[in-house]
Amino acid sequence: MKVTGKVWKFGNDIDTDLIIPARYLNTSEPAELAKHCMEDADPEFAEKVSPSDIIVADKNFGCGSSREHAPIAIKAAGVSCVIAKSFARIFYRNAFNMGLPILECEDADRFETGDSLSVNFDTGIITHMKTGTTYHSRPIPNFMQELVQSGGLMKYIQKKIPKNPRL
Amino acid sequence: MGMTLTEKILAVHAGVDHVKPGDLINACVDVALGNDITAPIAIDQFNQSGAKKVFDKDRVILVPDHFVPNKDIKSAMQAKILRDFARAHNLTYFYDAGEMGVEHALLPEKGLVLPGDLVIGADSHTCTYGGLGAFATGVGSTDLAAAMVTGEVWLKVPESIKFIFKGKLSKWVEAKDLILYTIGKIGVDGALYQAMEFTGEAIEQMGMAGRLTMANMAIEAGAKNGIFVPDAVTEAYVKNRAVRKYTFYESDPDAEYVKVFEFDCKNIEPQVAFPHLPENVRGISDVGEVVIDQVVIGSCTNGRIEDMRTAAQIIKGHKVAGGIRLIVIPATPYVYRTALNEGLFEIFLDAGAVISPPTCGPCLGGHMGILARGERAVATTNRNFVGRMGHPESEVYLASPSVAAASAVLGKIGGPDQLQ
Repeated sequence: MKVTGKVWKFGNDIDTDLIIPARYLNTSEPAELAKHCMEDADPEFAEKVSPSDIIVADKNFGCGSSREHAPIAIKAAGVSCVIAKSFARIFYRNAFNMGLPILECEDADRFETGDSLSVNFDTGIITHMKTGTTYHSRPIPNFMQELVQSGGLMKYIQKKIPKNPRL
Repeated sequence: MGMTLTEKILAVHAGVDHVKPGDLINACVDVALGNDITAPIAIDQFNQSGAKKVFDKDRVILVPDHFVPNKDIKSAMQAKILRDFARAHNLTYFYDAGEMGVEHALLPEKGLVLPGDLVIGADSHTCTYGGLGAFATGVGSTDLAAAMVTGEVWLKVPESIKFIFKGKLSKWVEAKDLILYTIGKIGVDGALYQAMEFTGEAIEQMGMAGRLTMANMAIEAGAKNGIFVPDAVTEAYVKNRAVRKYTFYESDPDAEYVKVFEFDCKNIEPQVAFPHLPENVRGISDVGEVVIDQVVIGSCTNGRIEDMRTAAQIIKGHKVAGGIRLIVIPATPYVYRTALNEGLFEIFLDAGAVISPPTCGPCLGGHMGILARGERAVATTNRNFVGRMGHPESEVYLASPSVAAASAVLGKIGGPDQLQ
């Protein structure tokens, strides 16, 4: 799978309160959460972002709370994927579990807001559209790929244990 | 090769003899926990999966602690999803207003999470239970949903970092200061994906409340879990409250650690984390003049009875400084009642504090003490991110109950030594 989109660049340690402030967590409605996506980092983000755009950040993206509302808000805002130097672990799990593609890339700091990137999720290769330069992201572990291919964790467990009487 | 405490607990729960860092395991959970923010999504996924019942009605625990008593219509709808689910599935441990406390203070107190357990919770501060010698980690709502159905969770075995705290704590230095100091040293991603194991003389002498405080903030260094070797202090805490059998594990002498940090406690003074990251830590002597508007004493980090006693001891005989709002939030009904019976409420009320029922409340900017633009708070909570306690242009300074209490009297950030 491949996506092409425009970059919105953020810095280090973008926490889950910046991604979706807790004052909006009295709902889990994706469309409602999307209206406030990244609000405290960039108040106009939700208005400016276009479908298939890409969030790029430095290290430790998604640190803080376990709220799955964070990847839900990003996905519902139309963002196609998140590229960062590193991700906080709960955010990493949540993104895979609910189907938001994320890529760890050492060179994430080379991209700027407005750049156009093409991202190939199968190979992990990121292409800068203007310069043609290619960058490699860290391969997604096999198990995580299996999760994504199954359509997320809930589908995966249903497939994995079809004889389980609880399912 | 020997195993760490964390590795041993994971191996037992995965049904294997040995695990090593990097191994992917499928493990049984002893407890799966959700709250009024995260559980509604998990319940929706549970229902969509077609599952008929939870894997064990004694081990799926729901605590609506963030916005209950309901702060608005939307949060009331969220909490109702938990109430309806708990009733429909006859959950043994569902705590509603009156019995409800801040989840990570409540579960250890009720003996529902125990040494040797593997606990997952859809709340990042689930790592608190590492204070008891359990493996406990925060997950998202989907992971919770999967565990509610199967009783299992997939995990990658983390590498471990050992922290050795040598010597004794100086006056007014608390567990909170040790963990803030540690985060200041290693940074908010200093233990990313890793286990933090806390040891040393100062840890051995630390009570259970302090250990829970330190394990609670392991997530603020990016860790998967924080953990303490259970000992006589642990035994004394759990023996009369445990609802199940429990097991003490300890790390083997030849267990492997990716890093070892040694800190001498005599060099550690009370700490304050400046906005907007828990790693922006300064010793109290380097704080300078920081005038404040609000003080919050509570949360899963520092809302236990020991914290209430510390704060009351410092505030006793003083008045809160003019223009300062001091909000005291006992974390559980037990803490509330005990503080009341011990006369601590009298001290807080005399000083001019407001006492809130148990709730996460202002810690996450929910309710019960939201900051306006430009306002500053000292809080015994765990995060000082942008907008965490209210307006994106407000500021949160993290500190211990002693520093928070002293700051309320001083009207600016300061330690108990500065009080007349």
